[in-house]
Amino acid sequence: MDKRMVRFGNKPQIAFFDFACCEGCQLSVLQLEEHLLDMLNHVDVVTWREAMSEQSNDYDIAFCEGSITREEDVERIRAIREQASILVTLGSCASGGCHNDLKNQWPMAEMLDLVYGDMAEHFDTIPSRPITAVVDVDYRTYGCPVSLPEFVTVVKRILTGQRYEPPNQPVCVECKLNDHLCVYEKGLVCLGPVTRCGCGAICTQFGDPCRGCRGLMDAANLEAAVKALTREQAHSIVRRVVERYRFTEEEIEAKLRIYNNWPELKLEESVANDD
Amino acid sequence: MTTDARIHVHHLTRVEGHGDIVAEIADGALKQARFAIVEAPRFFEGILRGQAYSDVTHIASRICGICACSHKCAALKATEVALDVEITPQIEALRRLCFHGEVLSSHLLHIYFLAAPDFLGLPSVMPLIGSDPDLVRRAMRLKQIGYDLAALVAGRHTHPVAMAVGGFSFVHDPADLLAMRERLVAIREDLGASAELFATIELPAFERPTEYVSLKHPDRYAFYDGDIFSSDGHRLPVRRYREAIKERVVEYSTAKHASWNRDEYQVGALARFNNNYDQLHPDAKAVAEKLGMAPPVHNPFAITVAQLIECVHCVEDAIEIIDELVESGVAPDAQRVPVEPQAGTGVAAVEAPRGILFHEYEYDEDGKCLSANHVIPTAQNLGSLEADMREFIPHIVDQSSDRITHLLGMLVRAYDPCISCSAHMVHLGER
Repeated sequence: MDKRMVRFGNKPQIAFFDFACCEGCQLSVLQLEEHLLDMLNHVDVVTWREAMSEQSNDYDIAFCEGSITREEDVERIRAIREQASILVTLGSCASGGCHNDLKNQWPMAEMLDLVYGDMAEHFDTIPSRPITAVVDVDYRTYGCPVSLPEFVTVVKRILTGQRYEPPNQPVCVECKLNDHLCVYEKGLVCLGPVTRCGCGAICTQFGDPCRGCRGLMDAANLEAAVKALTREQAHSIVRRVVERYRFTEEEIEAKLRIYNNWPELKLEESVANDD
Repeated sequence: MTTDARIHVHHLTRVEGHGDIVAEIADGALKQARFAIVEAPRFFEGILRGQAYSDVTHIASRICGICACSHKCAALKATEVALDVEITPQIEALRRLCFHGEVLSSHLLHIYFLAAPDFLGLPSVMPLIGSDPDLVRRAMRLKQIGYDLAALVAGRHTHPVAMAVGGFSFVHDPADLLAMRERLVAIREDLGASAELFATIELPAFERPTEYVSLKHPDRYAFYDGDIFSSDGHRLPVRRYREAIKERVVEYSTAKHASWNRDEYQVGALARFNNNYDQLHPDAKAVAEKLGMAPPVHNPFAITVAQLIECVHCVEDAIEIIDELVESGVAPDAQRVPVEPQAGTGVAAVEAPRGILFHEYEYDEDGKCLSANHVIPTAQNLGSLEADMREFIPHIVDQSSDRITHLLGMLVRAYDPCISCSAHMVHLGER
């Protein structure tokens, strides 16, 4: 039987874990308030270090947030994978990449030296990677922080033994459906055209551009996106923006890197560089 | 009587992030007492280099999921200093309103969900869902209003979306502000019930006077703005923070320790309460009196009580800010000022829920970040926390090892450490 199609006879035991991150995803889950009380009718939370002193290593479903940035955390997430029938990643750090991965652009020794100086030898750090790059994951949720409607959907799907496929359209779709003003009209650079939707386009709702926190959608045409923002023959709306900022390809790539492992920045290579 | 004990609490629960308590007692004497931050460092100061100023403030809010608005505002203010941007009084009033939302949500998370189980003899709030559902719902209502207030101003509590360098990216509707005002008025009852609950709680009897550091503002109880102030009688403008705050690396902690006039100092709700008591709203002072809190208070377990008093202040001050905003009207042309990149350096400080927070950025002429520095409240508190542990343990050494472990956990929790924030600082050298 497919692991992701587990049907639970009794209330499944769930656990929350966090790795290198701001814990904003767990905090967001706590903001569900009434939903959370409903959820507790269907599951037993047995481990949640941030909220509870009760602890158990006997759990069925593990919700994990954060990036893997130390050897000891590789071991920890593998042990969690070993125990959990279902592993769910919460948010972008865990599911696809986030700004933690930006440090991979520099040698780890330089980062340690910058922060801890001559005490650097006491601290351990490896190139940052999402949990999905270390172990198999059954359900992914995206966003910085995690999109709460997506979290609720995933919990329902797990409890009813269904799969969850994350949406695979650009943020522009939700932005248009919600009737938000295109922020390119305001002269801002927005990553909505290449970013996976599912957030309700909350940033553009409040007039802020999308910075791509839910990661690239699967079929994102990055080459075209970069060209559109750097070329003379860009679309008329984009051209005004392009002329204002005079972006180089590197600058557009830098924006895309905030939440995406840029294809040229392969994890293996950055690990190799570090050795 | 415990004459020999090795206490090692791995990954203390009901705190934000990963920290270990280590204490050793031999022949009835304390050998060592530490709170080791074992959180994975994230190197924010490193990764911000090269980012555009508008993305710097976006990424900086991700330092913390609880106090994202504080980090965002500290980054905005420091960047505005560097780029020579002057915001309008309206923008400042809205940011102050946002702070009240964040302080409420953060303090009430700590008061009810992290600290209260200690006082009620429970491992977490979970057993209360069945035994005292009214208390749990009250706690949730209180916390929720903080989230909603911050979201009303900033689009979202974690992480804010509508706050940008130079102001806001949308215009607030006075009708929404007034709807929030009604909820704030209604929540007074829940805060009153919280004060009743705390009136029944007895804190561990322990006092250790120390240096208390916070912002101080001439006109108001400082959260958003002010000078650096020490209870030892020193006052400095924020741009000279390096003269005051000295940080040092300790090998067992990914967060650094800090000192000013003594070996350690305390920041946060109790430091603000002690330093700025006179500027609290009268209703907050009334609750302080009811709970037996008269400044200066030297019991670190009372940090949680000071947080509750601040919640009363925040609700009342938020109501006043809303009244002023509605009366003057939220003018669209005062909601954002133009920003042009330029080379420069800027320092700013705010009072995050857990205490004074510094951000410093240096930008090149294109507005790209050359260097960044953050000094985090929880890291500044580590010295004070460990000094408390060293002085507290001899008072409780005659109790069982389990009881000592429990009380030390309570002490750490009283500081409401926010560990994710603390584990990524740059060397703070002389300039």
